[in-house]
Amino acid sequence: MSESFKPENATQIADVVAWAVSHEKPLEIHGQGSKRGIGRAARFGAALDTTSLTGITLYEPEELVLAARAGTPMSEVRAALGEHAQELAFEPPDFGVLLGGEPGQGTIGGTLACNLGGPRRIKAGAARDHFLGATAVSGRGEMFKTGGRVVKNVTGYDLCKVLAGSWGTLAVMSDVIVKVLPAAETQASVVVHGLAPADAIAAMGDAMRSAYEVSAAAYLPGDIARRSQAAPLSAGAASAVLLRIEGIEPSVKYRTDRLLGILKPYGRVGIVGNDASRTAWREIRNVDFFAVDHSRPVWRVSVPPAAGAMVLAGISAAVSVQGYFDWAGGLLWLAAPASDDGAAQVIRTAVSASGGHATLIRGSDALRSTIDVFEPPEAVMAMLSQRLKQNFDPSGVLNPGRMNASM
Amino acid sequence: MSNLIMPPPDRKVLGRRREIAQHLRSIIAAEAVIDDVEEMRAYESDGLTAYRQIPMLVALPSTTDQVSRILKFCQDEGIKVVPRGAGTSLSGGALPLEDGLLLGMAKFSSVLEVDYDNRCAVVQPGVTNLAITQAVEADGFYYAPDPSSQIACTIGGNVAENSGGVHCLKYGLTTNNILGLEVVLITGEVVRIGGKHLDAEGYDLLGLMIGSEGLLGVVTEVTVRILPKPETARALLMGFPASEQGGACVADIISAGIIPGGMEMMDRLAIHAAEEFVHAGYPLDVEALLIVELDGPEAEVDHLISRVSAIAEANSAVSIRVSETEEERTAFWAGRKAAFPAVGRISPDYYCMDGTIPRRQLPKVLSRMNELSKQFGLRVANVFHAGDGNLHPLILYDANEPGELERAEEFGAEILKLCVEVGGVLTGEHGVGVEKRDLMGTMFSETDLEHQQRVKCVFDADSLLNPGKVFPTLHRCAELGRMHIHAGRLPFPDIPRF
Repeated sequence: MSESFKPENATQIADVVAWAVSHEKPLEIHGQGSKRGIGRAARFGAALDTTSLTGITLYEPEELVLAARAGTPMSEVRAALGEHAQELAFEPPDFGVLLGGEPGQGTIGGTLACNLGGPRRIKAGAARDHFLGATAVSGRGEMFKTGGRVVKNVTGYDLCKVLAGSWGTLAVMSDVIVKVLPAAETQASVVVHGLAPADAIAAMGDAMRSAYEVSAAAYLPGDIARRSQAAPLSAGAASAVLLRIEGIEPSVKYRTDRLLGILKPYGRVGIVGNDASRTAWREIRNVDFFAVDHSRPVWRVSVPPAAGAMVLAGISAAVSVQGYFDWAGGLLWLAAPASDDGAAQVIRTAVSASGGHATLIRGSDALRSTIDVFEPPEAVMAMLSQRLKQNFDPSGVLNPGRMNASM
Repeated sequence: MSNLIMPPPDRKVLGRRREIAQHLRSIIAAEAVIDDVEEMRAYESDGLTAYRQIPMLVALPSTTDQVSRILKFCQDEGIKVVPRGAGTSLSGGALPLEDGLLLGMAKFSSVLEVDYDNRCAVVQPGVTNLAITQAVEADGFYYAPDPSSQIACTIGGNVAENSGGVHCLKYGLTTNNILGLEVVLITGEVVRIGGKHLDAEGYDLLGLMIGSEGLLGVVTEVTVRILPKPETARALLMGFPASEQGGACVADIISAGIIPGGMEMMDRLAIHAAEEFVHAGYPLDVEALLIVELDGPEAEVDHLISRVSAIAEANSAVSIRVSETEEERTAFWAGRKAAFPAVGRISPDYYCMDGTIPRRQLPKVLSRMNELSKQFGLRVANVFHAGDGNLHPLILYDANEPGELERAEEFGAEILKLCVEVGGVLTGEHGVGVEKRDLMGTMFSETDLEHQQRVKCVFDADSLLNPGKVFPTLHRCAELGRMHIHAGRLPFPDIPRF
């Protein structure tokens, strides 16, 4: 059985990495393993488990900053923020159930390392945009820090940006600092029923162009809306455009009223109240709709919002998929047939025409070891990424193969 | 001029100056290469005027292909390159090198595309920050980051410096508002990073490029996110008997879950200078003045105005005014926006600092700053982006008095060290450049800086792009590549494993 280390501080992380380098043992870097099913299926010689690095080390709500050790459970972070009516504004998704595991898992370090943002990404940014500082150990076995604990900082290179979305392949984080924001007091969603995808994109575009600060915009076709736990969506079995408005009560009321006026020409409109709205957006964020048949590969496709319907049409013409839009059309969630390449080629071809990228979020081990899970970068980007990996992890001991075969 | 050590000039390159100019003229129009010393004087410094250097040559390309060919030539010939936008940097980011080619990007001045369906605009790097907003405002949109130099500064420079502005707390810095870039590497290779979609995959090279201060590549196209203009904006002008109360008011506003569009504070000296200059109607009998702007839907703004007023009252505000008209709101801002030139009127010269501190440290930092002011015998006025803790102390001095500039710089360095000491950072939005380069060690260890420099090695292994900026000592990339692991070391017995 391969060894698993559970370091308790950055110095111990450095020791483990140094050992891995000198013994040529590629390390699997993981927290609670809630997103282990994402990424290329790779083989490791040993594991570095961050779950002993726990605890919130600083939380100053009035400074909008929270620092924690990287293995701190997300549930703990959420609870602490909740006490002060604050949150991580990028709305990190919970893919536990989607990936066949438990809900409510995951660590703050893992959340940042995967740079996953939820529906509010279009308004508030991704994990990268809220990642202020880190202490980490690179594949050189050296501890370094980057960024700081203030929200406005341009001192030195912002290595937080590359740690976010590096899937543990550049450095092992021991401590992280994030920007936190007040959570909205209440929310409601304006719904437009019965639109086809192209009209839905147009309706969402109009809403996003308005001054009413839509914080999330999604489109669920009828067969997906039907599965929602939110009664106003599942009742009619018609497709639903959903536009979320968050804030203080008088503002939410004012803006939903105005938005209804803008959207009326598109079709049957309605308002989804606070509770049902929260349910619907949780389902959209966590991709609950595809948590049923686990044999089907699930893709997360990011494209220019206005191109969403065209990309979906292109894919649907070639292969039978189920899909819905988030990010006003800019994010396409797809459940593909389990056969062959999981529709990888069809999806990548459609995406390359519009610009964007496709990531396999759920797939069998076999699928994840035969196709590219992440969008293959073009030549110069690939070369720069390769060099970055080489500079930070020259021996290739940190999660090698997780992002692509050569890194 | 103060004592600043730049990379030693390459005499061989300097000796070939005429030949280099000739080659550049084969790539771009003859008049786009400037070699006359008097003409080059226009480029000898940026907004940090204490440092000046006439470059070896100036080139003003106008296409990506020209930039690519120029950079490849410079790489092949070992010629250093300093990119420059409008030259408004306050940290010396565009300070020329004696043996360097100054690459001016001013000719890249077109808005290429406005795409409302995707809420973005594609612009060339020489477009000014304000011109982006002007290109879309008729349709109800704007570009959010608004550095105070926005009339002059270019988006290319904003990308290099990751510029901020008064709207940062709510709308983010440049890095949070850029979707894509076209960049030319020193090898001449052209790379597109990101686009009109979000979160380009793989390592976030977009995030690395933004704020890299011209050391990684030359930006030739920028895709920015544009936002619908808020329905309305109203401001409150509030005076406090002490900075502690102003600071507490800011903390209470944020604790109440309110993120204002702008939140600015000024101290007594800054208030008086501004009032004398623009007659904005500022109260003169207060120690701290707070401007809070709330933007958004009307119903929300009206509601929040009353909440903020109540918070200010609870924090002993001695005067509270609420803007009722757009003219009034503009007047509230007039003094703050003119704070720098206003201070310029009461002193022959001033030196603008840019540290960020955890906000709660404000009273401590202000009182320590007052002690330093006495110690150095120089006055200091403070303007403060109160929402995000970004402090701009303006040190008043007279460059014609022997030794005053040096004293102002020493004072400034002490202020920045103080910012780091209380948990803050050296620069919030102006960049490191040459100005804070030698202070990097107060915030970062040698290992920290080496990891940052490895990013430089990824893009520019020969260190030809803007050398002498950001990093106090530039290590050779080959040296940084070496591993220092003690082979054969046993795994530590005290690390839990199973």
